Amino acid sequence: MLKALKLEPEKCTGCLQCEMACSFENTGAFNPAKSRIKVFTFHDEGRFAPYTCTQCDEAWCMHACPVEAIVLNMATGSKDVLSDVCVGCKVCTIACPFGTVNYEADSGKVVKCDLCGGDPWCAKACPTGAITYVAADDTGMERMRAWAQQAPREAGAHANPPKAKEVQVFNVPQQGGL
Amino acid sequence: MSWTGKVLRVNLTEGTCKAEPLNMEWAQQYLGQRGLATKYLVEETDPKVDPLSPENKMIMTTGPLTGTMASTGGRYSVVTKSPLTNCIACSNSGGFIGAEIKTAGWDMIIYEGKSPKPVYLYLEDDTAELRPADHLWGKSVWDTHEILHKENQDPELKIACVGRAAEKGNLYAAIVNDMHRAAGRSGVGTVMASKNLKALACRGTRGVGNFKDPMRFMQATEEAKKVLADHAVTGQGLPTYGTQVLMNVINEMGAMPTRNMREVQFEGAHKISGEAMHEPRASDHQPNLSTNGACFGCTIACGRISTIDPQHFTVKDRPEYQKASGGLEYEAAWALGSNTGVDDMDALTYANFLCNEDGMDPISFGATVSAAMELYEMGVITTEHTGGLEIPFGSAEALVKLAELTAKGEGFGQEIGLGSRRLAEKYGHPDISMTVKSQEFPAYDPRGIQGMGLAYATSNRGACHLRGYTVSSEVLGIPEKTDPLSTDGKAELVKAFQDATAAVDSAGLCVFTTFAWGMDDIAPQIDAACEGDWTTEKLLEVGERIWNMERDYNLKAGMTAADDTLPKRLRKDAAKVGPAEGRVNDLDVMLPKYYEVRGWTPTGELTPETRARLGL
Repeated sequence: MLKALKLEPEKCTGCLQCEMACSFENTGAFNPAKSRIKVFTFHDEGRFAPYTCTQCDEAWCMHACPVEAIVLNMATGSKDVLSDVCVGCKVCTIACPFGTVNYEADSGKVVKCDLCGGDPWCAKACPTGAITYVAADDTGMERMRAWAQQAPREAGAHANPPKAKEVQVFNVPQQGGL
Repeated sequence: MSWTGKVLRVNLTEGTCKAEPLNMEWAQQYLGQRGLATKYLVEETDPKVDPLSPENKMIMTTGPLTGTMASTGGRYSVVTKSPLTNCIACSNSGGFIGAEIKTAGWDMIIYEGKSPKPVYLYLEDDTAELRPADHLWGKSVWDTHEILHKENQDPELKIACVGRAAEKGNLYAAIVNDMHRAAGRSGVGTVMASKNLKALACRGTRGVGNFKDPMRFMQATEEAKKVLADHAVTGQGLPTYGTQVLMNVINEMGAMPTRNMREVQFEGAHKISGEAMHEPRASDHQPNLSTNGACFGCTIACGRISTIDPQHFTVKDRPEYQKASGGLEYEAAWALGSNTGVDDMDALTYANFLCNEDGMDPISFGATVSAAMELYEMGVITTEHTGGLEIPFGSAEALVKLAELTAKGEGFGQEIGLGSRRLAEKYGHPDISMTVKSQEFPAYDPRGIQGMGLAYATSNRGACHLRGYTVSSEVLGIPEKTDPLSTDGKAELVKAFQDATAAVDSAGLCVFTTFAWGMDDIAPQIDAACEGDWTTEKLLEVGERIWNMERDYNLKAGMTAADDTLPKRLRKDAAKVGPAEGRVNDLDVMLPKYYEVRGWTPTGELTPETRARLGL
């Protein structure tokens, strides 16, 4: 079964555990600057969003590479960079519409997500479930369920917003745990 | 080793930046961050130094686990001598700057001297440059972030800087990083500004690696993260409500300092609580809380990201304040709210924004406003002093106006910027100041939580909840429940919390982990990362050594046992309502026992035996 990374920005807290896991797996050090998954913080909107390669079927990067250094991993569906073949021409970085292939000055090669060979460290490290590794055919299933749940059981049911939670004060002293 | 082994020494007088090796012998004795930087300060400066003179030094320091995948491993501290307390200052902050310093390859940055002109430090891996900051002087923290990001064309640049409050000599000015995280207490920002140093702008791309046992480290940190996730406080309470989870709890137990600590319960607590931050408001149907946000590497994510009601009087027609930013934590909500009698959550959020925007400790600011409000009620401070502003308890208008004035150091805000001890003394009523060693109290009334009275009185940086948080035991039952109204065993409890906290603060971790983690969860993470044999016993010994070193510094700076006390109000005026009704704080019962447990003389000095035992 082909699997894919599923990203749910609304669950992200911006902690960068994914970036550390990715860089550790690929470089042996915790180094967000070298991570192939990036978390973007939109400060003024109070939003965080993880972003990485979606492993396009007809991958622009793979087709654009003049030396065939980007190849399909038949086991995982990822498009992997063969770093000993890559000549660092950066054409793939231009071809990718999403910006998820990037040049690394230290090595003179490009790097991108390779799904860690089928066991992506970013998903294992995410503490909130914002990054999961799921069946590629089902990435939309949870969102469908959420929308389905909102479908009204009877006319007008959805017009009643949930009641504000009552907050009690000065009741029994609450000691010894939450 | 998980230290980088490198110290950056920045001489602001000479304009030089030099690398030197970290003293690894000290690293084994003091671990890192709080402990290790304090060791450097103690060795390199005279404890009697004027905190705002060029002879004082300021150290930005990381811990061995800063910048790693250990949960909360992103902390950094600022260590210096405080202009507010004249004692040791050590202020700890999260956000992202600490990990960035470490990732750039540095354990700590020691600033010495004073620059002839405003400068900022640009640090990119091995490149360290002092650059002119004339164009940044007079700018807020938020503007400084924006300008530095733009002129360096690098939105990923991490920044820690001071705002206008520090430049104007506010004695509790903070160093704010990442827009709304702060090394907040004791006026470390005031010291930074006194050196004509506006900001640190840092970018690191080298990474943090070179662990003693990388695979064991990954395993140990993963297990420890599971402990956090499975615990009710760190797994549910803090992510959902932030530290504001405490507002209703502490109020109900009669330990919520109210109106300059005259009362112990606040009738408006439910309006400014963590629960209230989730309630949709009438104008735009949005709750105050936009989301929770994490600091670097933190799997708890207690941070509050909030917006102010766009129709609220503070921000109406001011779109720049209608964006999301750092929201109310429990301490800010208490100091700005309950202690001033203001129950308008949007006004508190706005005042909190201003504290971040211009770098002020919201605890000391709110508590000083409370003292001013009491003096106003007594008729000692009048509208003649305040420039026509009426400042009764409960006035949201007064609170926000004073926040605006104090943030910019204008008018009566200059006097609020002195802190409550100096303000109250100036007006001839020192008893009105709710401080220990001139630092304002945090949000736990020691009449209702007895151990906290001892923790406040003996804290090495003045009144503070983060030196020995016995609330964990006395209120939450962590690691075991003790009676908050009893003084029994509190001397031992306070010592245990103080020593353990000193170790956690020296590791690069956040003290909030200790709701779930014991030292037995922390030691394996440090041991897998760092050279040496890091057991729980060794960590507690390091913590005790650090505590005694700080104490010794304070004594040499001129502090005496007479300063280990609480304001008369908390020792003489009994709580009027709630579970603690009729109680004062019985510090006199606990203090002699504490000195004994510490191995100090009856006058609070280290005995030769204690020095020898700890290698001081």
